[in-house]
Amino acid sequence: MTVEATPAAAPSLWKMRLTLAGRSLKQNWSLFLGTRIGILGLAIIVFYLLLAAAHPILMNTIWDERTYDPIVGYAFDEPVQPAPPSLSHPLGTDPLGRDILSQLMFSTRSEFLLGLLAALMTVCIGTMVGAIAAYYGGWVDTLLMRLADIMIMMPAISILIVLSALFEVGHLELAVLIGLLAGFGGTGVVLKSQALSVVVKPYIEAARAAGGGTLHILLVHIVPNLLPLSFLYMMFTVTSAIFSEAVLSFLGLLDVRMSWGLMIHTTESAGYLLQVGEYWWLIFPASLSITLLCSSFYLLGRSLDEVVNPRLRRL
Amino acid sequence: MAAYLLRRTVQILLTLFVFLTIVFFLVSAQPGDITRLYSMDPSLPPETRANLQELFGVNEPLWKQYLVHLKNTFTGNFGVSFSLYPRTVGDVILERLPRTLVLFATATVISFYLGFALGKIIAWRRGGWVEYTSTLGGVSLYTVFTPWFGLMMIWLFAFKAGWLPIGKFLDPVVWRDAPTDSNTIFNLMLATAAILTVVVFAVAVATKKKRLAKAPLIQAGAVTAAAAAVIGVWLASGVGYLALDLVKHMILPIATLTLISFAGTMLLTRNSMLEVIREDHVMVARAKGLPEKVVRDKHVARNALLPVVTSFVFSLAFAIDGGVIIESIFSWPGMGQTLVSATVSEDLPLAVGAFVFVGIFVLVAHLAADVLYAYLDPRVRYR
Repeated sequence: MTVEATPAAAPSLWKMRLTLAGRSLKQNWSLFLGTRIGILGLAIIVFYLLLAAAHPILMNTIWDERTYDPIVGYAFDEPVQPAPPSLSHPLGTDPLGRDILSQLMFSTRSEFLLGLLAALMTVCIGTMVGAIAAYYGGWVDTLLMRLADIMIMMPAISILIVLSALFEVGHLELAVLIGLLAGFGGTGVVLKSQALSVVVKPYIEAARAAGGGTLHILLVHIVPNLLPLSFLYMMFTVTSAIFSEAVLSFLGLLDVRMSWGLMIHTTESAGYLLQVGEYWWLIFPASLSITLLCSSFYLLGRSLDEVVNPRLRRL
Repeated sequence: MAAYLLRRTVQILLTLFVFLTIVFFLVSAQPGDITRLYSMDPSLPPETRANLQELFGVNEPLWKQYLVHLKNTFTGNFGVSFSLYPRTVGDVILERLPRTLVLFATATVISFYLGFALGKIIAWRRGGWVEYTSTLGGVSLYTVFTPWFGLMMIWLFAFKAGWLPIGKFLDPVVWRDAPTDSNTIFNLMLATAAILTVVVFAVAVATKKKRLAKAPLIQAGAVTAAAAAVIGVWLASGVGYLALDLVKHMILPIATLTLISFAGTMLLTRNSMLEVIREDHVMVARAKGLPEKVVRDKHVARNALLPVVTSFVFSLAFAIDGGVIIESIFSWPGMGQTLVSATVSEDLPLAVGAFVFVGIFVLVAHLAADVLYAYLDPRVRYR
């Protein structure tokens, strides 16, 4: 599928592309900076990324594995569990004697992995559905869009609850489920509407006239033009993935070893849920983390929307 | 418009069919069968088990079971609940569906008004601090971890301050010597609310046609009179304190739901307004020298309303789905809480029944959204 280019033209073409990409990146970045809320979201995400990265380092250097293991550790240095925050346990311990900070940091990594995986699944499926439906039209379009209607109408949270209660659902399965529901559903429809405006552009016609294959046109000419919007929808999917995971593991339905939702589930099943004032460290760290990370991706998504969506864009 | 609606109805029926099929395969993919789940339960008489087996057709081939499942769904016969034995699933659902509907309809209407009013303001002040603080606050509430937020509301207003009851539907102490049961009172309250809505609507329509100068005054007077009449009737009936107890239990869940969901409408209104502001008729309105408030409310907000109204109906559908969480936190015995507790306690007939009903309700709400959309948007009407 490679197009034979003359030796002289090839480097200059790439150079031009790079310059153009650099220029639009710079312009978009300044637009993004102008929204302010996006920067806040980005800062929170970076903070949690650092937290996730710090966990394995701490476990291998300062933290003793028997005391600080997020799942099977036990704080032998505390006489009463759950212990309030102290120097050795900055966020205290949970009713089972496990260090809260260690649990929090350990779970951060899996939340990011889940969010990323669900978002990638959604966007890959959604982009392909959108591109194919817009490019082929006709019965392929009808089939995919009716399927999307069905997906949109499904009561998602109820389905996830029933599924995770009936089957063993872990992080991977949850990510796939969310990816399927959103990718064939709402995200696919939005990306199709964007793809419709791409397939009528003259360069698609030109590519077809030049003998480009269907796959080539889809992957090289249509999909790259959908990527900004896909990226935007990745952010919203991350929010809903983290939220669903938290709710399901809070209800004790997910098959995971440790997560933020499970931390609150532990608190609830030990009966500390309404003693917010006395045992704040059992409830606040995990709940606030869920809220903050969900909001940060949502804020990032919204400020990207202002950059990507021409109708909201400030001129 | 008729063709459009017909097409959507057929589509929704098809979706319902797919949904029911999925439910069937989820259930039949379970090890053993639905009746064997409780075979260890000595209190279940053998003839009851035989009845159950016959009802669900577990000894038949798979395709026949599927047909039985479809038949049971359409006749509303979901069998007997295991955890609430000997009540039937249909009975439990009929009791709990109105409770859910009241909770979510109220919360959605309030959050819609609040969100639309705030969205208008923040769109008009794009870039100011008002916009940043309300966007930040709105997004935080919108993406807040719902169980935690509900918990904080309970802790703050019920546990610490003691103003409102902690969850549940009613206070058994108040109801100990009650002359009637809670469902009767609740249905009477529903009837009252319906009458009140009709009165308010009728007054609004009647005064709007006349274009009276004192219209707001008449409306306020009529609404106050109707409200006073309702309160008077309830006080005179002697069961007013029971209704008050139910209302008290409703305040906290409704407030929580409203706070969580108003930001969605607010942000949508803002975006929709920003798109309309760019149009030429807004510039004309400004050039005519109309006050900013008139331009905002009459020329921009009216046109920005369409996507917001559609999302309103959709959000009603999604509220039922998302309300699963709120209901479990507040122990509000509605459909969502029934679904969760039935799934967790492996009460399969009730879980399937609740799940199917939530699905049907979401689909009906989508159909309502389509009708409304076709009615409001001439581009759909004349297609």
